[in-house]
Order: sequence, then structure tokens, then C-alpha cells
Amino acid sequence: MAIEHANVLRAAHLARLGVSDAQAERYVDDLSRILEMVDRLSEIDTQGVAPLSHPLDATQPLRADEAIEPDRRDTFQQIAPATADGLYLVPRVVE
Amino acid sequence: MQWEPVIGLEVHVQLSTCSKIFSGASTAFGAEPNTQACGIDLALPGTLPVLNENAVAMAVRFGLAINAEIPEYSVFERKNYFYPDLPKGYQTSQMAHPVVGRGEVDITLGDGTIKTVRIHHAHMEEDAGKSLHEDYSGMTGIDLNRAGTPLLEIVSEPDMHSAEEASAYIKAIHAIVTYLGISDGNMAEGSMRCDVNVSLRPKGQEKLGTRAEIKNVNSFRFVERAIAFEIERQAEILEEGGKIVQETRLYDPDLDETRSMRTKEEANDYRYFPCPDLLPLMLDEAYIEHQRSLLPELPSEKRQRFVESLGLSTYDANVLTGSRPLAEYFEAVQKLCGDAKMAANWVQGDLLGRLNRDGLDITQSPVNAEQLGGLLLRISDDTINGKAAKQVFADLWECRGETADEIIESRGLKQVTDTGAIESLCDQVIADNPVQVTQYREATEDKRGKMIGFFVGQVMKASRGTANPPQVNAMLKEKLDALL
Repeated sequence: MAIEHANVLRAAHLARLGVSDAQAERYVDDLSRILEMVDRLSEIDTQGVAPLSHPLDATQPLRADEAIEPDRRDTFQQIAPATADGLYLVPRVVE
Repeated sequence: MQWEPVIGLEVHVQLSTCSKIFSGASTAFGAEPNTQACGIDLALPGTLPVLNENAVAMAVRFGLAINAEIPEYSVFERKNYFYPDLPKGYQTSQMAHPVVGRGEVDITLGDGTIKTVRIHHAHMEEDAGKSLHEDYSGMTGIDLNRAGTPLLEIVSEPDMHSAEEASAYIKAIHAIVTYLGISDGNMAEGSMRCDVNVSLRPKGQEKLGTRAEIKNVNSFRFVERAIAFEIERQAEILEEGGKIVQETRLYDPDLDETRSMRTKEEANDYRYFPCPDLLPLMLDEAYIEHQRSLLPELPSEKRQRFVESLGLSTYDANVLTGSRPLAEYFEAVQKLCGDAKMAANWVQGDLLGRLNRDGLDITQSPVNAEQLGGLLLRISDDTINGKAAKQVFADLWECRGETADEIIESRGLKQVTDTGAIESLCDQVIADNPVQVTQYREATEDKRGKMIGFFVGQVMKASRGTANPPQVNAMLKEKLDALL
């Protein structure tokens, strides 16, 4: 599968990454080669092989439903750029 | 042209766990901002989610309640998008392998007919935080207390064809989750929210029309009104030969209209992929059977029992099973007084009427089931008549903590069934009203039936409402007819 310039810019935009046109050119090449490598999988017969959703051969442990986390708002908010009335402040979000 | 609306709903139900789906922070409503948002909820680097066993159990019980397949394997995925109230940059959700597979829900329509709505699937996910757009010097305030609250998103097939059906569906879901005790179902606090998909197609056509999605409708009434508006809007466009734009719309309850939420952004591309921080969830047969053993009697089962063993009408059974507290209240009253029909009438009439008038729900009723049951018992054993019962009920409503028996005693409302006492009252009334007696004698047979009401009223008045009306009626008829 070939990657085009526009694909790279779109992926970058979705991930909110700043990618210049020059960088995008390089990624077109890198990503195309990565996908070529992945494409080699299609040479193998995977009929009847269940898709792997996790590389670890283990299942999800569960946690008891207990509210045990203390309120550490003051600590957490020390590293926030801006807070007011207990809220984290962010640049205005316009709907 | 005749248009057929096609409606599907996505209902988000907040599961009533104590802690969040992936962290040990509390989910209690109404706390100070960000006091219930721990490192995991804030997406601090290095933190890892661990799944809440109770959220899983609740989701499975919902699945069993709607006769759904519960796959032995389900997977959490990341739904990627950027918004400040979603600190991780993705919502942990499920897509390809949800915890609950295909199922079905029966809905009851206004005329009593029952219709089945198929459920496509239900999946677990986490809620986002809240953005407060009030003025923080041009900034937006973020409260992450709600971030990570477990949600069950229930996705229906597009099986509904009117606002009424959609509303009945939400009520059915509400009843199921509250009966199961997996959610408080409180729509005002956002415990149940829904997205509505509406499209129209020419009646008889198989192919679906283009749909609009109405986001975040948060009351039974708004669901109905938003759909009604949307059906009309789309019909108008189609009638004029226009095309429906596939888009997300918002219902504005103040203006009673939906409007486009579309911004210049391109269509969402969430790039779902399995969450590497969470392993596949495996549920074995024994676990599922254990959850099944914990299921309470469900609304549809209760409704059927009310009709079949208690002899209630489908309508009454439907109203009374509308919520678990109401059904339990009714059952307690019915057991105390031993008369299901009378209990149903009082609960639906006097009780719900007054609760409605005072803006209360059944759990806030000033008259508890023991008090009402005690009152109805005195009607069925003929201690008081219906009129006196209304007075007792009004007194009970005042919440002075008395029982019906105490009120009957202190207000002297005990019904007079002593034949001698009633007879002398009847004689007195006949003697005091010679004009009416003459009219009665001269009236035709069919008119007399009505005229006797006057005498009954006089006797009841003379007895201060304590005489037994059927007894008075019979005695007066005998005495007056003897004068013919």
C-alpha cells in the first residue's frame, strides 16, 4: 500500500502533530516502507487464526469496586498551567 | 407522500459503581471540582488502568436481562479524539468485541400493544469530564470528576417508527436498569443520556433514508419532542425535493428545535485500536451463570405476574411496573389490604395524582406503603367507607406519623353498619322531606333510581359520612318503595 503526501498530513493533523512539508516527504517514504513490510503478512495463510488483540497471552485482572483514591487535587494542580475554583483552565473551547 | 420515520437510539447509562471504571476514585455525584479525579483519570504519565469488576458484572447482568449473547471474550479499544475534558486524548471504549451482544427489549405502547426492539449490542466505556464555558477570563474550566465514570452504551437497531415508540423504548431501558439496580437512571443528573438517529423513507420502501443524529438528549420528554421536531423538519425538506444532510444535531429544549452542530471540521475519524494497557476480558460460563442467579424479577416478568396472578389489566400492570420503587410500593400495599384491584386504583389515582401535583416521586411519598395498606384494609373490612377513606388519606398526607387506624378512631370515621342506627336515620330523612317523597312516588320506575340518590346523600350527611352507602341505598329503596 502506497502512502501519499496527503495521507501523512491528514494523519499528522488527526494526531495534532506539526509536520512540515519537507518532513512529510520523508515520512511518505518511511511509512510506505513500514507498510510494505507489514504487507508481507498477506503472503501467509491466516485463515482460521484469530486476530491478536494483545501481545501478552493473559486476560484482564479485575479490581474490587472500592473508592480508595484520596483527594490529591492540590498536589495535581501544582503542575497545571492555570486553575481557578478547583477547575483546570484551558484555552477557550468554542463549540 | 407518506413518510415512515426510522429511529434508532444509543442510550448511555451511567453504572452505579462506587469507583470509576479504571481507577479507585469515587463516582459520587456533586463533589467539589476535581476532588474525585486521581492520577489515572488525569492521564498522568506512568499510570495504568485496572478494570472495575462491578462494572463488568453490571454490564453482564444487563445483557442477561435483555436475553443477549454474552461473548466469552471482549476487548477494550481506544477511540481517539482531542478535547480538553478527555485528558488521555482517547476514550477507552469497546467496538469490535463488546461485552454484550445481540439482544431484545419489549416496549409497551399507549394502547397496550407490546413491540420488540432489537438491541445491536451494548458496550462498556468511560465518561469524559465536564467543560464549563462560563467566563474564566476567556478560558474554559475543566472538571474531571466525571472522567472515568463507567458507562454502558446500549445501541438499538433502527426498529422504532415514531416518537412514541422511542419514548417507550427509553422508558423500558430505564425500567430494566433501575430494576437491576445497575444505575439510578437519574436523567436530570445525567445518569442516562441518549443520542437519537432519525431518518425518513417513503412508506413501503425498504432502503433507509439519510439520517441525522441528535446528540445528548436528556429527558423522556425531550426525546419525544426532539424526534417529533426532527421528523417534521426532514419531511418538509423531502417534500420540497431537498436532500437530508447526514449530520449531528443538537436539541434545544428552550426553542423546541434541533439545530446543526456541524463545524468546519471533517467527519470524525476516531482511529479505534485495541488498548495496549488493557488485556482481553474473558468471561466463563460459570461467571455468567452466577450473574444470572443475581437477576431480580424484571419489569416484563413482573408485569406478566400482575396480570396473571393478581388479575390487573395490562394497562394497570404497565403503569405499576414503570419503576421498581413504584412496583414494590404497590406490592406492599396489595399484600396488606389483600385486594389488588383496590390497591392498583388507589396507588394510580389518589397516590400518583397527589405525588404528581406536589412534584414528588414515589420514593418521596409522604404516605408510605404500610400506611396506605392499613387504610385500604379498613375499606375492605368495611370499617370505613370510600368517602371517609379519602379524608383519612388526606390526613395521612399531612405526615403526622399516624396510622390510618389512629386517624379513623380520633376522627370518629368508623362506618355505621348497625342496621338500627341506619334505619332511624333513613326514617328521619324520609319524614323530613315530604316533597321529595311525593315526587319519588309519582316518578316512573327508571327515574326513581336516580332520585334515590338525594335521600342517600341526606342520610350520609346526617351520619357525617360514616354510614355504609350500599346499605343506606338498599334500606331507603325498601322503605320508599313500601310507600308506593
